[in-house]
Amino acid sequence: MSDISLIGTPAAESPGREAPAATRVRGYWGNVWQRLRYDYVTLFFLLLILLIVLSAIFAPLLAPFDPNKASMAHRLKPLFFRTNYLGTDEQGRDVLSRILYGGRTSLLMGIVPVVVATIVGGLFGVVAGYAGGRVNTVIMRCMDVFFAFPSVLLAVAISGSLGGGMVNQLITLTVVLTPPLCRVAETSTSQIRSMDFVDAARASGASTISILLNHVLVNAISPVLVYASTLVSASILLASGLSFLGLGVSPPTPDWGLMLSTLRQAIYVQPIVCAMPGVAILVTSIAFNLVSDGLRQAMDVKA
Amino acid sequence: MSKDSHMVLERPADRGGRAQPMLIAQGMKRYFPIRGGVLNRRVGEVKAVDGISFTVLKGETLGVVGESGCGKSTLARLLMHLLAMDEGEVIFDGDPVGQLHGLSLRDLRRNLQMVFQDSYSSLNPRLPVEDSIAYAPRVHGVGRTEARRAARDLLQRVGLRPEYFGGRYPHELSGGQKQRVNIARALALNPRMLILDEAVSALDKSVEAQVLNLLGQLKREFNLTYMFISHDLHVVQYISDRVMVMYLGQVVELGPVDQIYTAPRHPYTIALLECRLAVDPANRIETPPLVGDPPNPINPPSGCRFRTRCPHAESICEQRMPLLGEWNGDPANHLVACHMAKPGSGHSLAGYGMAVH
Repeated sequence: MSDISLIGTPAAESPGREAPAATRVRGYWGNVWQRLRYDYVTLFFLLLILLIVLSAIFAPLLAPFDPNKASMAHRLKPLFFRTNYLGTDEQGRDVLSRILYGGRTSLLMGIVPVVVATIVGGLFGVVAGYAGGRVNTVIMRCMDVFFAFPSVLLAVAISGSLGGGMVNQLITLTVVLTPPLCRVAETSTSQIRSMDFVDAARASGASTISILLNHVLVNAISPVLVYASTLVSASILLASGLSFLGLGVSPPTPDWGLMLSTLRQAIYVQPIVCAMPGVAILVTSIAFNLVSDGLRQAMDVKA
Repeated sequence: MSKDSHMVLERPADRGGRAQPMLIAQGMKRYFPIRGGVLNRRVGEVKAVDGISFTVLKGETLGVVGESGCGKSTLARLLMHLLAMDEGEVIFDGDPVGQLHGLSLRDLRRNLQMVFQDSYSSLNPRLPVEDSIAYAPRVHGVGRTEARRAARDLLQRVGLRPEYFGGRYPHELSGGQKQRVNIARALALNPRMLILDEAVSALDKSVEAQVLNLLGQLKREFNLTYMFISHDLHVVQYISDRVMVMYLGQVVELGPVDQIYTAPRHPYTIALLECRLAVDPANRIETPPLVGDPPNPINPPSGCRFRTRCPHAESICEQRMPLLGEWNGDPANHLVACHMAKPGSGHSLAGYGMAVH
């Protein structure tokens, strides 16, 4: 065999000791999880998000009343009015039940557009960043067209032309969220693209697809994922805004933004009850923001 | 145990025979366009590699030296076909690369590999180093376990204990260890020739010496041919059989290592050699042999590109570009692109060689 003295041999490091145990191979995601495990703030808010999601999924089991059952006798009652723990709205419907059911719409609006936009925007961004040149110019200038409008205005414009309804609202949000995600993916890909290990992979004769999957994507993806997680709360807020303006789901479907909109007129009568859907939006978006912050720190492993 | 018993990929066959040079580069050119103006028009070009021809013989080490920005790294990338050439041809072991009936790029890459300069950015930070090494054989159809076993064997060969280092990530390794991994990665396809682009330049001196010794050992063990690119003249002298001196995208001198170091003929080579730090206090120089930066490669000087910094420049140097001439295939052949070396060129010192020095 070779006569090169091996770095890491027991003889070279400390004579007479047992060979060091073979290092356990822990993947990148394993390392991320190791960091998250000790980040209690992030874990707490992760748990909170889980609870919110579960409460929305199991709304029929948890809700004390039918969210659409009105009662003319008990309109705009305060908190803890009998078993209406969060009071009743302007039609006498139970606010707690409506918030639980409304979470279904709002979380859907928060998560689905972000997931779709991450896939679509990420794909375009990675292609633009890796290919460079003309391809990059074409893709990124198209994205710039959308960037030219403020996001709320763009959402209102698209929603307005597509009309209301849940599917149209999802489409609107996806279109609004795609360009920023594409831009983040493009930036991080073009940084990775200029690294020598990509050239080394090309020099080994690998196909572009293999290089993208094995070398580019794993390195370019973490800023995209972190940014996407911050967009969840933005998407919920945007959806609430659209519903508030009457461009989203139509009444009587419970939705946090829509509830806020209809309860607004009663703000001088029952201010605290009126604020409840807003509190739901606030807590959810704070939770998503803090989790994405923790995720950023955990993924910002030196390697 | 046979030397190559651990390699998963068979070494590409020697196609051209012993006398056939490993690599012949002919008239390689690469100009980088500079775009600007309103419509992103081409307003100029950087002549990074401007008509370079050379030959690498089987089993030798060709050293390539030159200042920063003289096109050394571009040359390496052109040879690897990571960058497209504007003009020129590469012939590997008798077969033109990338042409009909020639050697395909994929086959070239089985034969020719490269060790990159920046040991940090040349390893994927998200892959354990053994996976980085195993990647190339996997691309060429070797199974996962097989490739990983070969990777561990290569780690051993470059002096890293596989069970200790295999699962580590690049940020957990020192510069020297990373460069060893890079060398192992380049060897993973069992190539016949390596291009070492400033492979030891970023390492500190003691580690540099270790890696140089390792390179020498691997060369014998795997019967490799090296093209060793460096700006460090000491290192090039130590490792090379022949040396090629580059200036502003061109070859100015080419010859056997002893002759280049003891009897340099191009004023640029002489100046470079004088830049080396002398150990003997009596030989120390007070004034720098070369002043200022090389001229802008966008607008290189007319005639001889070195004339703006040359102590012997005359009007002939401005008018005509000195040519390197044809290499005759003899390893002892010493070529120089300078009017002073050519009798009858019109330079007042022509034919005297470096007697003037």
